[in-house]
Amino acid sequence: MTMHMNDWIDVGAVDDVPVRGSRIVRAPEGDIAIFKAADGEVFALRDKCPHKGGPLSQGIVHGRSVTCPLHNWIIDLETGEAMGADHGCSNVVALKVQDGRIFMDARRLAAAFA
Amino acid sequence: MTEKLVVIGNGMAAGRVLDNVFETAPDRYAVTVFGAEPRVNYNRILLSPVLSGEKAFEDIVTHDDAWYAANGVNLRKGVNVVAVDRAAKTVTDSTGAVTKYDKLLVATGSNPFIIPIPGVNLPGVVTYRDLDDVNAMLAAAEKGGHAVVIGGGLLGLEAAAGLAVRGMKVSVVHLMPTLMERQLDAAAGYLLQGAMEARNVDVITKANTKAIFEQDGRAAGVLLDDGRTLPADLVVMAVGIRPNASLGKDAGLAVNRGIIVDDEMRTSDADVFAVGECVEHRGQCYGLVAPLFEMAKVIAARLTDDPAPRYEGSFLSTKLKVTGVDLFSAGDFADGPDRDEIVLRDAARGVYKRLVLKDNTLIGAVMYGDTADGSYFFELVKSGEDVSDIRDTLIFGRTFAGGASADPNAAVAGLPASAEICGCNGVCKGTIIDAIGAKGLTDINGVRAHTKASASCGSCTGLVEQILAMTLGDGFQKAKVEPMCGCTDLGHDDVRRLIVAKELKSIPQVMQELEWKTSCGCAKCRPALNYYLLCDWPQEYTDDSQSRFINERVHANIQKDGTYSVVPRMWGGMTSPSELRAIADVADKFAIPAVKVTGGQRIDLLGVKKEDLPAVWADLNNAGMVSGHAYAKGLRTVKTCVGTDWCRFGTQDSTGLGIKIEKFMWGSWTPAKVKMAVSGCPRNCAEATCKDVGVICVESGYEISFAGAAGLHVRQTEFLCKVATEDECMETIAALTQLYREQGRYLERMYKWSVRVGIESIRAAVVDDAAKRRMLYARFVLSQKTAQIDPWAERVAGKEAYEFAPIRQLDLAEAAE
Ligand code: SRM
Ligand SMILES: Cc1cc2nc3c(=O)[nH]c(=O)nc-3n(C[C@H](O)[C@H](O)[C@H](O)COP(=O)(O)OP(=O)(O)OC[C@H]3O[C@@H](n4cnc5c(N)ncnc54)[C@H](O)[C@@H]3O)c2cc1C
Ligand code: SF4
Ligand code: FES
Repeated sequence: MTMHMNDWIDVGAVDDVPVRGSRIVRAPEGDIAIFKAADGEVFALRDKCPHKGGPLSQGIVHGRSVTCPLHNWIIDLETGEAMGADHGCSNVVALKVQDGRIFMDARRLAAAFA
Repeated sequence: MTEKLVVIGNGMAAGRVLDNVFETAPDRYAVTVFGAEPRVNYNRILLSPVLSGEKAFEDIVTHDDAWYAANGVNLRKGVNVVAVDRAAKTVTDSTGAVTKYDKLLVATGSNPFIIPIPGVNLPGVVTYRDLDDVNAMLAAAEKGGHAVVIGGGLLGLEAAAGLAVRGMKVSVVHLMPTLMERQLDAAAGYLLQGAMEARNVDVITKANTKAIFEQDGRAAGVLLDDGRTLPADLVVMAVGIRPNASLGKDAGLAVNRGIIVDDEMRTSDADVFAVGECVEHRGQCYGLVAPLFEMAKVIAARLTDDPAPRYEGSFLSTKLKVTGVDLFSAGDFADGPDRDEIVLRDAARGVYKRLVLKDNTLIGAVMYGDTADGSYFFELVKSGEDVSDIRDTLIFGRTFAGGASADPNAAVAGLPASAEICGCNGVCKGTIIDAIGAKGLTDINGVRAHTKASASCGSCTGLVEQILAMTLGDGFQKAKVEPMCGCTDLGHDDVRRLIVAKELKSIPQVMQELEWKTSCGCAKCRPALNYYLLCDWPQEYTDDSQSRFINERVHANIQKDGTYSVVPRMWGGMTSPSELRAIADVADKFAIPAVKVTGGQRIDLLGVKKEDLPAVWADLNNAGMVSGHAYAKGLRTVKTCVGTDWCRFGTQDSTGLGIKIEKFMWGSWTPAKVKMAVSGCPRNCAEATCKDVGVICVESGYEISFAGAAGLHVRQTEFLCKVATEDECMETIAALTQLYREQGRYLERMYKWSVRVGIESIRAAVVDDAAKRRMLYARFVLSQKTAQIDPWAERVAGKEAYEFAPIRQLDLAEAAE
């Protein structure tokens, strides 16, 4: 479909995501976790830990990373990469913020679940 | 024959003389101490933290009953000496008894000065000298209202700050234009005034009090010279002190302002010594502890036949113990034509430093806002050394002066052995180094135990650690405390101590003040800090849900597939048909895949979807059930057996007691999970002897044991005590839990805590010392006031609703774009 479709999907207000916390965007293929760091910047990752699939959205957010709630892997919010000695990556979804609202890049959405 | 030493006055000076005497000659004297106060000796300078609530009285006791017993000291609590007969060498006390002495020590301290104005004798007017005064202030503060503190010196300001913390509206009335004018110059006094005002203390300077007026036979306010009146339910008179020398005078000793002593600390009678605030030496009377520590050394030497030490007067430095106000002054800082000054101001940081020099030596220093170099400047004042070479950078302190390296240990390394490190207990660097060597100490706790340094207010802990590092080199590095996590070098215990000492009340404040290395911590330190703040400031701290592990954030246990399990409380393991029916209904309604009886005598609903949680809880709430905290670092279960209700062997109502305990203690957060059990007889069907706290009922009462476990480690509980009634049982268990809450490191189970601090120390606090037990119990009860809110009901009512719903649900079309 290449008609006049929006490439950016409005998924909600920045204010609706708690600072040092996260919310989920529920897509048919699975969940995307939106994180907000202490400085207010937002990030999106597929809500699935590269280790054993733990829901990253339920972890503790610190700095620009999140600690998975299941076995404490630490995932970089900017790259989706596991940090430290662990190896693995959770796919990043591009975001942009306009007038206090968060937009997700629809074209990359499918790729996140690839 | 042992000689008889009689001591009049049981204050700080007396305590220190005896410490020093017993150190060198434990058996030389049979000692009798008369203390007008009806209690053991305590650290008077820490009364302000007691007033403000940072410490309890038992925290500031320096010599407890056990100490007097161990040293064979006959302490006459609450007994005044009323006369001394030097010819007969006897003292007469307020009971009329006469006691003989060979050597007499007068240590009667000083009396608060009371300005002679109308109304000073009214009820509601207090001075600030001893624990009774603190208790009187606390009783007044309980009722709230206005307090007027007359006097803006050290004592007055500490009283004012404490009363403000306790919720009174406080005004300080001060005669001079700036506060603490004897210790501070005008600029620092001005900064201090701002800091007091920021603590809700009104400061009125250049104000002369004319009278205290009354209403209904009590003090009701203060009238100033200029006609202004200030309402007051409490008036604190803190305008200065006078040496308490009357007894010495009546005994015919030479007395001027104080009892006159020579450099050997002898009065005009060679067998009578005097020490502390009651003396006058070379025309000086002192009102701080540093001089009396020096005096005490000389007297102890004289009493143990060491002729060498002499007392030649003291230099003084001052700090104010109002938490959050950093202030230091030493020496002489008046202006003068023959003097130079160096001033540094940093308005943004509220820092002011001023050094006064004369003939190329430093003679005085005033610092406000950043006092880290206080002891360095103080040493330069005392030594009188020529500072011309380092003058350019002197104001920046030790690290810069003379181009010394930025080695953090350098500041301490450069101090002479006589430099005082611990102001509360008068311990100098040399003493600490000697103790490290002689006793083979390797950590801060060892130094605390053997020298008392850092054992009181703790503000010198960093310095003491530097001395350890410097003395032991690598030896100390190895023994270093394990940091909480990579975000800080501090260990759990230091962080906890500093949270209390510096009154840190939020996570960002802790991170700022304790210099966290990361911007907002990590998943290890944030939950720990959240717990410590919650435990230490139960009334004030707001829980930070983003610093909680997911289970405690959403009040259910996360499962490996991202669903949750829900465990409602079943008090003491008891349930009913209607509860069971509600559980069954919930399981059906939400298609919950598994229902299981747990190992903790209750039922687990497993596999609940996150977004269903609030609705599941609402149904359970409606059937009268609340969260079982199966996920919490808090009270989990209290298992019980059937006890006297049904069992042929039961000795007490074990089920009823278990339910009572669970209803009383649920909701309290603890360092790690806490599980309890009550068995009705020693057959122990509730498995009480492998729980964090277990009670075994017997015919004559309740045997309480604790520190058991049956998880990763299997451990039988340790016997704590036996009590006769349910009430005593509850009080003991709550006190024990509170002690654990206050001392346990985050994630440290009770059995690990007990090994670390020692079972004996726990028993001493919770069993042997009834006063301490009641204090712990009271603190537990206080924290329960804000803790017993069912988290499920809160969320059903809408709290943190965002946790349970996606921010956006995309439909297929959108997602396919
Ligand atoms: C549900 C339950 C098993 C059951 O089906 O019976 C259970 C389930 C879990 N236990 Fe347990 N324990 C359960 C009773 C016990 C018991 C028995 C008891 O309480 O009498 C023990 C041994 C007693 C003890 O604690 O000393 C026990 C020792 C542990 C341990 C080891 C603790 C230790 O310090 O050694 C862990 C691991 C931990 O806490 O770090 C643990 C951890 C867990 C966790 C929370 C694992 C986790 O982090 O996900 C499990 C959560 C399951 C869930 O989602 O509900 N569970 N666990 C029991 C819940 C009791 C309740 O009603 O609250
Ligand atoms: C609230 C407060 C805060 C302080 N803060 C500091 C500080 O931060 N830094 C600092 O250096 N100093 C501080 N001080 C001062 C310090 O406490 C005193 O310098 C020190 O206590 C003096 O010790 P002392 O033994 O001479 O007198 P005290 O400690 O007062 O002891 C004298 C004792 O003798 C008893 N007594 C008197 N007469 C008799 C008698 N006839 N028979 C029997 N007993 C008698 C008294 O009841 C009293 O208990 C503070 C004082 C107070 C009150
Ligand atoms: S503990 Fe004793 S009283 Fe309780 S059920 Fe077992 S045997 Fe009966
Ligand atoms: S699933 Fe995330 S750490 Fe194991």
